[in-house]
Amino acid sequence: MVHESLLDLVGHTPLVRLNEITAHLPDSVDVWVKLEFMNPGGSVKDRPARQIILDALESGELTEGGTLIDSTSGNTGVAYSMLGAALGIDVELVMPENVSQSRKHIVRTYGAEIIFSDPMEGSDGAIRKVEEIVENDDSDEYFFADQYNNPSNPRAHEATTAPEIWRQTDEAVTHFVAATGTSGTIMGTGRGLKQRDPGISVIGVQPDDAFHGLEGLKHMPTAIVPGIYDESALDDVRRVSTEESWEMAQRLAAEEGIAAGYSAGANVAEAVSVAEELDEGVVVTVICDHADRYFHD
Amino acid sequence: MSVSVRIPTPLRKHTDGQEVVEVDGKTAGEVLENLAETHPGLRDKLFDDEGGLRRFVNVFANDEDIRFLDKLETPVEDGDEMSVVPAIAGG
Repeated sequence: MVHESLLDLVGHTPLVRLNEITAHLPDSVDVWVKLEFMNPGGSVKDRPARQIILDALESGELTEGGTLIDSTSGNTGVAYSMLGAALGIDVELVMPENVSQSRKHIVRTYGAEIIFSDPMEGSDGAIRKVEEIVENDDSDEYFFADQYNNPSNPRAHEATTAPEIWRQTDEAVTHFVAATGTSGTIMGTGRGLKQRDPGISVIGVQPDDAFHGLEGLKHMPTAIVPGIYDESALDDVRRVSTEESWEMAQRLAAEEGIAAGYSAGANVAEAVSVAEELDEGVVVTVICDHADRYFHD
Repeated sequence: MSVSVRIPTPLRKHTDGQEVVEVDGKTAGEVLENLAETHPGLRDKLFDDEGGLRRFVNVFANDEDIRFLDKLETPVEDGDEMSVVPAIAGG
């Protein structure tokens, strides 16, 4: 396969069926996972980052040689940095100081600049900091990508993830499950799937407590709620513990050969739990990124 | 023998909103134990059923991750600073 631009490589990820973790389920119930770590930036975040950049270039909010700025816990930052390098856009990222070394290395390799926020304030501290920087900036050089509030984020999933899942399951998908960080994946994919079949259940997942170890996920009752999040569009919201999610991430690697990050562990733990309640159905979720993002030096 | 422990935002509801709590102890483990003693809401957040630190809880003593020091046995001194650092959430 030959592509003229790195941007064309985003999306079109494979869908694979789980076989071992779901061995206790009847043959009439399947769980399929979309391998988002196959994106060129290594995570599902390539999709919203590409859409946000393309929409801003089209509207003129961002121009070649301009500077994109946003807060991120990691993967969106990697995606912005990679696409920015490919398109000649400068990228500045506000990240909590305790973001993993590997993420700092990756984004700097692409040439992005990092501004650190207080690790004790988590990703909400990074959000407040980027808003402060943008508000106090008189140079007008920034395009504030604002992944938590930018409709281009869910639009990316509505336009790409949803039709891919619909096609890849031969229109048989009955449930879509995804944990929420910005909530772009569940809001956009959910909307796109319901346009094709309003009977599809769209199920959000959140950490069960404000203090959790699920990097990339938000406990909505205690966090700054993203503007793109609309709980009324979801059929259900489930809670998952850090321990269950970590254990499922380990099982995915050991039993299925899919070495996934912790948020994917949360997704699969709840997708399997949804599947256990069904007599028949096709449950789909996403593997947001690869386990190697979480190996520390 | 008092150590300043920095409390992350999601745990401050268990410390009456305090960002920093002064706690006695000669090791990181003693400090955390005493912290959970004076602020009982923190016990289940920090420790598992066997009394060990939950795997995802990151504790720093003077900016060093205690996992790479002597874990809960890491010695601390009067005036030292410890932090309970949350995982990074969201986007």
